[in-house]
Amino acid sequence: MSAMPISSAPPAAPSSIRPPSYAAQDPAVVRWGLTALALGALGLFIVLPLVTIFVEAFRKGAAVYLAAVRQPDTIAAIKLSLVAAGIAVPLNLVFGVAAAWAVTKFQFKGRNVLISLIDIPFAVSPVVAGLVYVLVFGAQGWLGEWLAARDIRVIFALPGIVLATVFVTFPFVARELIALMESQGTEEEEAALVLGATGWQMFYKITLPNIKWGLLYGVVLCTARALGEFGAVSVVSGHIRGETNTLPLHVEILYNEYNYAGAFAVASLLSVVAVITLGLKKFLEWKTGRESR
Amino acid sequence: MRRRTNFRRPSVLPGFWPAFSYAVLYLSLIVLIPLSAVFLKAASTSWGHLWKTISAPNVVASYELSFGASLVAGLASAVVGFLVAWVLVRYQFPGKALADALVDLPFALPTAVAGIALTSLYTESGWVGRYLAPLGIKVAFTRLGVVVALTFIGLPFVVRSVQPVLGDADRELEEAAASLGATRWQIFRRVIFPIVRPALLTGFALAFARALGEYGSVIFISGNLPMKTEIAPLLIVTKLEQYDYAGAAAIAAVMLVASFAVLLGVNALQRRSRGFMETG
Repeated sequence: MSAMPISSAPPAAPSSIRPPSYAAQDPAVVRWGLTALALGALGLFIVLPLVTIFVEAFRKGAAVYLAAVRQPDTIAAIKLSLVAAGIAVPLNLVFGVAAAWAVTKFQFKGRNVLISLIDIPFAVSPVVAGLVYVLVFGAQGWLGEWLAARDIRVIFALPGIVLATVFVTFPFVARELIALMESQGTEEEEAALVLGATGWQMFYKITLPNIKWGLLYGVVLCTARALGEFGAVSVVSGHIRGETNTLPLHVEILYNEYNYAGAFAVASLLSVVAVITLGLKKFLEWKTGRESR
Repeated sequence: MRRRTNFRRPSVLPGFWPAFSYAVLYLSLIVLIPLSAVFLKAASTSWGHLWKTISAPNVVASYELSFGASLVAGLASAVVGFLVAWVLVRYQFPGKALADALVDLPFALPTAVAGIALTSLYTESGWVGRYLAPLGIKVAFTRLGVVVALTFIGLPFVVRSVQPVLGDADRELEEAAASLGATRWQIFRRVIFPIVRPALLTGFALAFARALGEYGSVIFISGNLPMKTEIAPLLIVTKLEQYDYAGAAAIAAVMLVASFAVLLGVNALQRRSRGFMETG
């Protein structure tokens, strides 16, 4: 009964393994015609943009590319992105495990409401995700004066960037684990307890090995989104070069300065991360046996 | 004690209360309380002011663009996504696994990166734009550009919604229809399409909902011309830059209500399609 609403992560790709007995009867013209159309569409909409990034990045040669990537502002942006993801992902990981444990191993009132609430961040525009923290922590926000009196900066500083990243990546690990743990039931854990295991022993020896690939899957998606988030972070960052500029924001700044080679060079770094993510995603789908589902 | 057993079914497994309390606390602090700030801030001004903000011509134009372009892009994603899912499920061809993996690229690629890549492709000197320009079709810095970016974003949602259902569809039904003399087109229209329709609708709704809030991939290709190619999320950013928090919150509240309505619709759709699968 778990709700499956707006998702930033499309469900995993399954592939039919049944022999194509009937499809084989499709006339070859139809088969190849439709295949060509579909591949053409994928080429136009997906491959071409990806290729463009690398072509534009190297348009002015490898030297310009390397200079753009090695620039201090770029290095600072890489560091900030890694720090923000490095804080946001573990936070959502712990939440995901706790929420999935409560929701899948126990029956309680309001369980389905809780599952639906976890998905809310996927239905919220990234810009609104940033806005909510400005309304709470900003200069005119609920806690604005209190924070200003204590000289604590949240908005236009690292805490705001981390909060916005946490918000947009909030459901990834939780929803992955909820789907997985729901299908696993509670019998193995109950057996461990009957045999005398403590709660933590049960968790480390039974639950964790059972969910490790699904957990990793959620973490991969969560990390990719955390490194690439633009809208939410853009609202809370203040765009201070070398200080509150994440990698995607740095791409925007360089682009708006008409430094296209630089913008695409930095973008190519993020594209490599995206391609690695796709590879890891496929690998983990194979590991969790999604393909055969 | 009695209240507890009413609240949840007894279980021998440990850790319910710590896990449950932590999850609810974290959810409230990160998501629910901050989100409520949008509605409280929007409500903190008078109705007159609120109405004036969301009925301003540029705001109305941005709503029209956001909803209109998302609708068109959702439909385009539905058509192209259905075709891609069909080919990936039913035909064999070299490079199929790669094509299947690439479908998720719009999800994995940061939106700002997608935005500048699409812009460079569709400007008049770009690889695609230069062939469209002689035909009088302008994409970059027009509403059509907004639709192109949103279609890019929506495509994976349709493919990944349709693919499993198409893969699970019972081939015997088709064979039975064929043996009873149905033509291929009749089989598609009367047998296959009704099975896939709920999943296609779900995919469309997911793509539409995501497109409504999309920001990064759109703002580069749209050119952000006032009254013409400004999307609603951009106006929220503009209001914030002018320190008009209440105005930003008002625009955001309308968007949130719309997104939640779509979300509820998707849930209802999925419940209905599950019922369909169970009974049929």
